[in-house]
Order: sequence, then C-alpha cells, then structure tokens
Amino acid sequence: MDLLCHVRDFVLAAAEGAGEAAKHGEGAAREAALGVQAFKRVGYLWLIPFFPMVGAIVNAVVGARLQKRFGKSVVTNLAIGAMAAAFVTAAVAFVDLVGQPEHERLLVNHLWNMFTAGDVQANLTFALDPLSMMMVLIITFIGALIHVYSVGYMAEDPDTWRFFAYLNLFVFSMLLLVMGDNFVLMFFGWEGVGLCSYLLIGFWYKDIDKAKAAVKAFVTNRIGDFGFVLGLFLLFWALGGQWEKRSVIPPHESRWALADPAHLYEARAEAGTTYVADPTLSPQTPPATYAEVEKLATPEGWRPGASIATRDGGKVRVGPTLSFRELRDQIAVESTGVKNRLTGLTFFGMPLLALVGILLFVGATAKSAQIPLYVWLPDAMAGPTPVSALIHAATMVTAGVYMVARLNFLFALSTTAMTVIACTGAATALFAASIGFVQNDIKKVLAYSTVSQLGFMFIGVGVGAYWAGTYHLLTHAFFKACLFLGSGSVILGCHHEQDMRKMGGLKKYMPLTEKTYLYACIAISGFPLANGFFSKDEILWKAFDAGNNLADPALGKVIWLVGWVTALGTAFYMWRSYYLTFTGEYRGGHGAHESGDAHGHHGGLPHESPRSMTWVLAALAVGCFLTIFLGLWGPAGVEPVLERWLEPVLAPSHALVAARGAHEGPLAEWLLMAASVAVAFGGWAAARALYKDAKSTVPATLAAKYPRLHRWVLDKYYVDEAYRKTVLAAIWAGAKACDLFDRVVVDGAVNAAAAVGRFVCDVDGAIDKYLVDGAVNFVADGALGFGRALRRVQTGRLEHYLYAAVAGALAVVLLTFLVQ
Amino acid sequence: MTNHLLSLIVFAPAVAAMLICVSLTMPMQKAARDNLARFLALAASFIALLGGLWLWVAYDGTASGLQFTERATWIRSLGIEYSVGVDGISVSMVILSTLISFVATIASMPWWKRADEHSDPAHPHFSEVKVPGYMVMLLILQTGMSGTFASLDMFLFFVFWEVMLLPMYFLIGIWGGPRKEYAAIKFFLYTLAGSVLLLLAVIALYYKSGDPVLLARLSQLNPELFRKLLSDGTLFRGPSGAVGFHLGDGSFTPHTFDMVVLARLGQAGLFDLVGPFLAGVTFAKLMWVFMFIAFAVKVPLVPLHTWLPDAHVEAPTPISVILAGVLLKMGIYGMLRFNWAILPSATSAFAALVAAFGVVNVVYAAMVCLAQRDLKKLIAYSSVSHMGFSLLGMAAMTEAGMSGAVLNLFTHGLISPMLFLIVGVIYDRAHHREIEGFGGIAQVVPEYTAVMGLAFFASLGLPGLAGFVSEFLVLNGSFMTLPWHTALAATSAIITVAYYLWTIQRMFLGSLNPKYSHLPDLNWRERLTLYPLAALTLLFGFYPNVMLSLINADLFRLLRQVKGA
Repeated sequence: MDLLCHVRDFVLAAAEGAGEAAKHGEGAAREAALGVQAFKRVGYLWLIPFFPMVGAIVNAVVGARLQKRFGKSVVTNLAIGAMAAAFVTAAVAFVDLVGQPEHERLLVNHLWNMFTAGDVQANLTFALDPLSMMMVLIITFIGALIHVYSVGYMAEDPDTWRFFAYLNLFVFSMLLLVMGDNFVLMFFGWEGVGLCSYLLIGFWYKDIDKAKAAVKAFVTNRIGDFGFVLGLFLLFWALGGQWEKRSVIPPHESRWALADPAHLYEARAEAGTTYVADPTLSPQTPPATYAEVEKLATPEGWRPGASIATRDGGKVRVGPTLSFRELRDQIAVESTGVKNRLTGLTFFGMPLLALVGILLFVGATAKSAQIPLYVWLPDAMAGPTPVSALIHAATMVTAGVYMVARLNFLFALSTTAMTVIACTGAATALFAASIGFVQNDIKKVLAYSTVSQLGFMFIGVGVGAYWAGTYHLLTHAFFKACLFLGSGSVILGCHHEQDMRKMGGLKKYMPLTEKTYLYACIAISGFPLANGFFSKDEILWKAFDAGNNLADPALGKVIWLVGWVTALGTAFYMWRSYYLTFTGEYRGGHGAHESGDAHGHHGGLPHESPRSMTWVLAALAVGCFLTIFLGLWGPAGVEPVLERWLEPVLAPSHALVAARGAHEGPLAEWLLMAASVAVAFGGWAAARALYKDAKSTVPATLAAKYPRLHRWVLDKYYVDEAYRKTVLAAIWAGAKACDLFDRVVVDGAVNAAAAVGRFVCDVDGAIDKYLVDGAVNFVADGALGFGRALRRVQTGRLEHYLYAAVAGALAVVLLTFLVQ
Repeated sequence: MTNHLLSLIVFAPAVAAMLICVSLTMPMQKAARDNLARFLALAASFIALLGGLWLWVAYDGTASGLQFTERATWIRSLGIEYSVGVDGISVSMVILSTLISFVATIASMPWWKRADEHSDPAHPHFSEVKVPGYMVMLLILQTGMSGTFASLDMFLFFVFWEVMLLPMYFLIGIWGGPRKEYAAIKFFLYTLAGSVLLLLAVIALYYKSGDPVLLARLSQLNPELFRKLLSDGTLFRGPSGAVGFHLGDGSFTPHTFDMVVLARLGQAGLFDLVGPFLAGVTFAKLMWVFMFIAFAVKVPLVPLHTWLPDAHVEAPTPISVILAGVLLKMGIYGMLRFNWAILPSATSAFAALVAAFGVVNVVYAAMVCLAQRDLKKLIAYSSVSHMGFSLLGMAAMTEAGMSGAVLNLFTHGLISPMLFLIVGVIYDRAHHREIEGFGGIAQVVPEYTAVMGLAFFASLGLPGLAGFVSEFLVLNGSFMTLPWHTALAATSAIITVAYYLWTIQRMFLGSLNPKYSHLPDLNWRERLTLYPLAALTLLFGFYPNVMLSLINADLFRLLRQVKGA
C-alpha cells in the first residue's frame, strides 16, 4: 500500500503541475468563498468534435465508394485517424487546462450564437473543465481503442464504411454532450448519441428483431428526454424573469419577487427569504422601448445591464440562462440570493428544486438505464459488440451520471432529489444484478451488469459523492469496455456464439482474451488489485456516511447494505461468466455454424482473435490497473488525485454535502472496506465452487428445484411484457380511438354537413323544378293547351264556320232573351 | 430593382402563365408546347427564387418595420391600394414560398424518368397530362401565395387569398389521384366557407375604421393618443374636417383597407369601442372569431382539419409539397397579421383557448398518425400536429414562444415538403403507399433511406436539424406561462418518435419484401429537390439565427402590443 501511495503522489504532482501542488495546501482552496468561475478563452476546442464529424461525413458520403475502390483499410484508417486527432487535441487541451490555476480551470471556445429569443439563448460554445476534460479523455481514448478493435471485429462485414461512419458520428455527438457549455448543446449530444445508438443497435437491420431493439432504445430515451426537457424548462421558469429588464416580465415574476424591493438584489445569506407579491413588478409597468432591451444583449451573450455585483467585486449575471457556467455562478455565489430564491420557490405546491432534480433525473434514467426506463439496454446488445462496449458501457450510458455531476450545485440543493437518485440507483443495482445471476447470453450478463454498475454510480452522485460516482464512471469505462470487448473476442472466436452454455474451456484457445477478461473480472468484482475496488468502495462508504444528505439519515445505511449485497452479487455473476466461458471443456458444437460463417476454415474450434483486437484488450487491462492511482485513497485523509482534480467543478456543492454528512469515524471506514473485500471474495468463491470447470451440479439442481423462480428471473421478471400490456396497449388503444374518432365523428360530421347541404339543395331543386317552375309551366302549358284546343276549331271548312256562326247567333238571341 | 423586388417575386409567375396561354394559340407540336410551358414555369419560378434569396440577403433584420414597400392606388373610390411590403413576420414566408414553389416546379418535371416509371398508359403520370394547363395553374398558385404574404392591403390580401384557391382546386381535381373530385371539392368548399367569414370581417373592419362616432369617442377618451395618431400619419384630417386616411398618392379616403393602419388603430383600441352586441359579445371579439375560423381552416385546426388528409392523399406530389410547405402557413400567418395585430385585446381574451386548441392539434393528430396505414396520410396528419406547436407558441405570449411559432412555420416549411417528396418517390415506383406493403427496402435503396431518415428525424425534432429549434423555442416559451399545456404538448415528442420509427421499421428494416428487390434508388430530379432542402434543414439546425435574426424584432414588437392591450 505504501508503494502505491508513492506512485499516487507522483501522479498527483504530475496532474497538479509542480507549482500548483505546493501552492495549495490540503483543502485550503475549499475554504475560500466561491466566486465567479474564471475561464480562459481558447480557439481550438472545436477541433476535438470536428475531427470525428469530418470522419463521419466523409465515410457517410463517399465511404461506400472509397471502400469499393481502395478497400476497407481506407475507411477504417480514416475513422481511426479522426479519433487519434481528436485524442491528441484533447491531450493538448489537457495540458492547457493543467497549466491553469486550479480554480480557473475552464477553457471556453465560443463559436456562434445559434439562436436567441428573449431569454432563451443558445450558443455553439464548447467548454472544458476538469469534469468534461475527464470525459473527453475517456471518450477519445477508449473510443480510439474501440475503433481499432472494430477493424478486426467487423472485418467480415460488407458495410464497414457505414459502421465507422456511425461510430465517428457517435463520438462527435458524445463530445457535444460533454463539451457543450449549455443545456441546448448538451441536449444536441444527448439526443445525438441516442440517434447513433439507434443506428448502431439496428446496424444489422435486416434482422427485424435488431431493428425493433433499436426502435425501443430510441423511444425509451425519448420518454426520458421528455422529463429532462420539462426539468430544464422548470428551472428556466424558476430563474424566472428578467430581474433587471422589467420590460417583459413573465406573469409569475409579477406575482413573486423578493420581499424587500429596496434591497432587491442585495446579499441575502440568511435562509428563509420570503417572497411576496411585488407591486412594482406588475405587468402594468410601462414597457421599455425595444431599443433599450436590445442594448443589453451583446454578442458574447453577456448582458452587462443584467449583471449584479458580488461581494468580491465580480459580476454575476442572474436570471434565466441555458449556460452551465452562468447557472453555476448565480447559484454558487451566495450574494446573488438566487440559491435562497430557488430553495424557497414552489411549483403548484411542490418544492421546485426537488421537482427540477427529479425531472432532470428522469432523463438520466432513460439514458443511463435506471428503473423504470432501463428496459432498452439489455435489448441494445443486438448491436455489434464494439458498440456495446463503447456506447452501452463506457460512454453514452454514463451521460446521466455526468449530467448529475455537472449540475452538482443544483442537485445538492435538494435532499429530496438526492434521495430519489440514490434510492433509484440502489434499487436498480440490486435488481439488475439479480437478473444477471441466471442469464446465459454472455452479453446479456454484461448488459445487466452495466445497468447494475450504473446504479452504483447513481448511488454515488445521489448521496453527494460526486467525485466517487464519477470515478466509478471512469473505472467502469475501462473494465466494462475490457469485458465487453473480451466477450466480443470470445463471440468471434466461437463463431458468433453468445450462449455461455456452449462455450467453456476457452482459456486454452484464447489465452490473451482470457487473461484480460480475468483481470477485468477482478476489477469489477472489487478485489483490491484493480480500479473497481477503489471506486465502488468509496461509493459504498459515502452512502454509509450520507447522513442528512438523504431524506432520512438511516437511508444511507440501507443503501450501503443494498450496495454491499449487490457487490456480492456482482462478484458472483461476473466470476460465473468467467468460469462458464473459460474453464472446463469446450462445449460448442464443432462446426455447427460453419454454413454461414467465414470462419469455417478453422474447423469449428475456437480461435484467438487477431492482434488488433487482443492488444486493445491488453491496453484496457493496463488502463484498469493504472487508473487505480487516480482514486487511491486511504481513511487517513489521503486525498485521491481525481477528487482533487474535480474539486473546482464540485466545489459549489462540496461544503453543503460535507456539512450534512454523518461523519462516521475511520474505524467504520476500515470495517466497511473489510466487508467489501469479504463480499468480493465471497462472490468469487461461490461462483468458483458452482461453475468452475462446469463440474458442480448444484446450479442445475437449484434451477430444477425452483423452476418458476428461475424462469421468472431468467425472463427478467416479465417487465417488458408488463409494459407491453399496459403502457403500450393503452397508447395503441388511444391511437386507434383517435383515428376512429377522426374518421367517423369529425369527418363524418363534415360529410354529414355536406350531405345535409346537398339534401337542402335537392329539396330546393325540387321546389324549383316542381313548384316554381311548375307554376310557370302550368301557365305556359295552359296557354298552349288552350291554343291547341282552339286549333281544332280552325278546320278551314266553310260549313263548320257556318254552323258556328248560326250557333253563335242563336246563342246571342237566347242570351238576350234570358237576360231580359 | 430593389424598389420592385416584391412585385417581381409576385408577378413573375403570373407573366409566365400568361405567356403559356399565349403559346397555346400558336400552332405547335404537343411535345414542343409542353416543353415550352415547362421551361417558362421553371424560368419564372427560378426568377422568383432569386428574388426571394435577394430578399433574404437584403432584408435588414436590425431595422424593425416594413421594408421593400410599394404602393399604388388601385380603386380610389374605395381606398383600395396595391400595397406590398415585408416585415419580420412575412419576410420568412415570402422567402419560403419562392423556395418551395421552385422545388415544386422541379418536382413537376418528367426529367430522368425511367422507362418503367409510367408504364400504364391508362393512368399516365401527372407530369405528362395537360402540361400547359398544369403549369399555368401552378404559376398562378405561386403568384397567389407570395402575393398573400406580401400584401399590406386587406382587399389585396383577400384577392390573392382567393386567387390561390382556384388553381389549387383544379390541380387536385384534374391531376390528382382516384378520389380527386371529392378531395378537391372538399378543400375548396372548406376554404371558401372560411373565406366568407374573412370577407365579412374585412368589410366590417373597413367600415369601422373610419366610423366618425368611434373616432370621436377615441379622441374623447384618449385625446393624447388621438393626437399621436394624427401626427404619426395614421389618421388625417380631410378637406371637410372629417377624420380619415391618406392613400399612397396623398388623396383622402374616409375608410381604409391598409393593414398597417388598421393594426395601429386596433392597438389604439378603436375596435374595442364598438358597443357590445348580444349577450356582451363585442364587435372585436366577433370579428376575431370570424377571422380565426377563416384562418383555422387553413392551419388546419382540429376539428376543421379533415380536408387536409384527403387533399394530400389525392394531390400530386408537387401540390402536396406546396400545400404542406406554404399553404398551411397562411393560417398562422393570417392570425398574426389580422387577429393578433389588429385585435390585440380580443387576442388576449382568447389566448388561453388558442393554446388549448394548439395542444389538441399537437397531441390528437400525433395519436392519429400512430394508427395510419397510408404513408401520405401519416405525413399529412403529422403536419396537423406540427402546426399545433405554432398555435401554442403564439398563444403563450412570450418572446421565445412567438419566435418559435414563426420559426416553426419556416422549419416545417422545409421539412414537410421533403417528407411529401419522399412519399412521391416511393409512390412513383411502387404505385401504392401502404406502409405494411413494403419491408426491408433499405437494402435496395440506401440513398433514399438516408434522405428519408434525415427528413423523418428532422420532423421528429432531433437536435441538429431544423425542427428541433422551433419546437424547443415554442415549448420553452410556452412553459413560462402555460406549464401544463406545454407538458401535455411535449408528450407528442414521444408519440412522434414512435410513429416515425415504427414506420421506418416496417418499411425499410427487416427482411426484404421480394416484390421490391429491384426498386431503383433516387434519380437526379429527386436529388435536385431533396438535397437543397436537406442542406437547409441542417443549416437551420445549427444556425437558425440566419432566419431568427430577421423575424425577432418585429415579432417582439407585436408581442408587446398584444400584451399591452
């Protein structure tokens, strides 16, 4: 341990910069009052996402032709080159960042203003602080390794160009997510990685099940995004209004203002600031002219008119913002009063910050596969294995954890939100691990393990141990990537077989894969020889020590217990997968898959993967070891490098979280550490006894003894089926009903109106034809008939006329006689 | 040229239409006559497009107010003028209409058609039937569209509005699908019913604008404001001492059709001074409802929307493109120009109702989409859903909501034409649009699949593509005042993803339907129409400010006036 500590000190000194380490005593910087985040403007950060973007575009547009003309190596080299360039640029940025004083470690690269409408202002601005720097290095480094690995893995696929275009696009999106300096850019990446995940899960889209898994992933993520966006809007609403620009005051601002208008924006450190209706801020206030409002906006996004002075003379812009830095500043700097204002606000009777935190976390549950939205991740294993390693283990799924850590200053303000996050994380960790016990598909085991490990990370960020959660993110990125790629190597070696029951004994055939897998198992199960132990144990300790950071101090102990049991489970199922895969005799059918398999020439026996793949595995295994030094800690106040590195980012929440902690003594910490080691060995021993060399009959006996339980767990507790029968069925019924309503009622009404119109017209026509026209025709017909009758009289024969004349004369005589 | 830019944009197509008519009198081969008509149509809409692009470049977004105005007296005795001009609300729409018209004209060409494309001589492709007539109608339609957006005179607006209606009727009714007569008459009657109400309102506003009793009351109630109106040129004292208005040439008229003047009068509260009718319904509110219904038919607002799916399903592809890309926008545009600008107080009173209608549009239509089997009908309903966002945004009375509402017109005007072109591509090849009738065709038409994916993802609001920005602005803006409405409307983001991705899954993914193993990919005509729109969709995804900076200033001014009412 002593030796390790020396190495740690060395790494620490390197990371700090020689002068820096001397300047800052232990924790001295933390005592200083939080000020405005200072930053350095640079002009090259855009290059980091730019390289993968170019790689993606070139491969997408001309990749097919390049591959046809010059072979696959051109497209793969292009993609790998883009990754290497991104990594080198990131390394340059890292050096730049290290060179800054500790609390000024923020590089900002403003490109352009994407859109501005009122307060809603989104800039295309990249920012790197220690947290995002760490993420960028993980993404570009592990991403580059996985690109290299993919060359071998995808060697037989005809659509190599498409695969690498998607991979590069993914890296581009992921870099946007972590480098964006505002919510909008983060959301660009947030949904962009979702898109790439969709594209890559469905990479082999000819298989409809894979396509369906892709759709499921994207739709589930959209549900999360719905929560995320609402959380963001709610926060925006809460920051509400234009504290200085009174011209366009949102209605809520007219109702809520600080109680004391005279000192409206003065320092208010004391808690419990009250809010009353403020007559001076009513909407009747005559609006300022537009020019005045416009004057406040400057190209850089700062609105000097809306800045208020801090105690130390700096300026903080308050009010609604999408920028992380501006948000951090106004919350972290006490004198703005924003923190108190936010904690005092309610939204329809609910504490606003809790609501914001929970809604944002809903986004994280989808992206980072937590209960209740974890269901897409196991299905996502339909994608090629490098994708599972890069997206569904190392980077994308950790975005939720990153987001919570990024907004630590916000989440730490609400213990309700923290409780929800930590409990969800703990529940997910245990739940997913239990499913992992019985899965036979090696990738499914790793998928549920990922869900479970993400649960651990959320325990960490939930109890306020942001650095520990983030550290677990980092260690997990290495060991889980190594495990996934190892499983990929195994799958390739076994001719696309994923069922562990048909593996076994691969140690003999794939020695390097076996060694790296073994070491990654050591890491994940928490033996103190690899990075996983240090991160997981720190999380568990912080959970135990959470105290008042959670709604109930006892909750921390419960979460610790759940995590501890889960750690036992983790060790068990990981070693189970190891022993099933690598020990015993090979159980695969010889040549069973030869027909559609280009590996037929190996005679069906497993084989080691090409060096481009195994060396990547080795590199990741080495990474699992080296990253120990970032988080090496001791109960005696030894500060881990990573904690120190992240300190400037986490400073706004640090004091708050520390003050609420339970402060258990170092003895407890040692005891818990011993307990952690004990479960790691316990899980290993159990798995070894049950699965080594496939000798024991206990697992089969147990499964046979409790068939329903076994089936139930194997079928993942039927959660998918439950969702299908409730949520999906309801939506589908709703859609059907709406469609029917539209066709029958709405369109029916239109057609009925038309029919009524036509009927009226018909009646009208009939009246016209028979009554009006009939009368006219009657008169005409009468005249005609009369004429026709009269015509008969005119016969042209003289005697007829004579008869008529005589008759007429007689009639006249008769008439005259009668009248008289 | 700049002085008459708008006239050029509006009348270039009309001139070409006339030339085509003239050419019909000349002895010519049918093929030559058809080609001449095609060439003239293409040239005219290209000139209009150049005008539109010039407008985009030359329009000064920092100066608020009208630009590129032209005025000429038309009917002096009624005070009717030929008055055109653009401000932030209309400039994007004029640009959009020239762009979409050009795209639609290209899509109407028979270029690069394959031998098997129109194999059935009994049902020839619309691009081969009665070509001169088609082109004349298309050109008149273009004139009507840009004229409607550019008009500043209510009478002129109404004339263009009706001019647009007739060619649309014939284009659907003659060149449409199997149920074309039903769809055409439905479209025509529906819109006409709205137009009648609009005409009533226009005439009523015209007469009330110069009502001496009202003006006298205004001067009594608020003499200062009245003096201001007199001094800023809104009102004039006529030769007999009566108060009235000036035409562009300086002559006096007692009433006015001038939309700018009417807006100023409306914002001064003139129309609120008319006494209430029955049961407290004021004149302003009644006129507001009349105009709202007229425009709501065009939006279309649920439940006045059922003409749209029918019209789309029967219309030939370019006409669907215009219908979705431009015509639907006139509803929202008219509401902003008439209801919002002229009757702000009634707008405030009805805003909550409009927002509720917007939410119904968004969610209801999205749900209906989920149940559609016909691809074109699905796209048509998705248009209904997306237009609801504009209603919600403009009813929210926030800057972001307003910006988003108008930007949504533009972005939807880019995306929905793409969607309809995509439907046209598959319909030309397969002669049907049943979603379930395909399967796995991504394998045979990769390029088509890629463009389709871009358009679908743009429509479902993927960040980085145009649709996201407007949706985000609308939702962000409306959340500030209408959180529950917004939360409900935002659920549509999930439903939208579901129906689009499900459609992709059923049509493009999975094993290939052997019937379509030889489906040809995009040809160059289709590329010419799809790629520019796709490029613009990307541009507006990352840099929407190129349009927002033009529209924001005037919109915010309008917003303040409505909120001040």
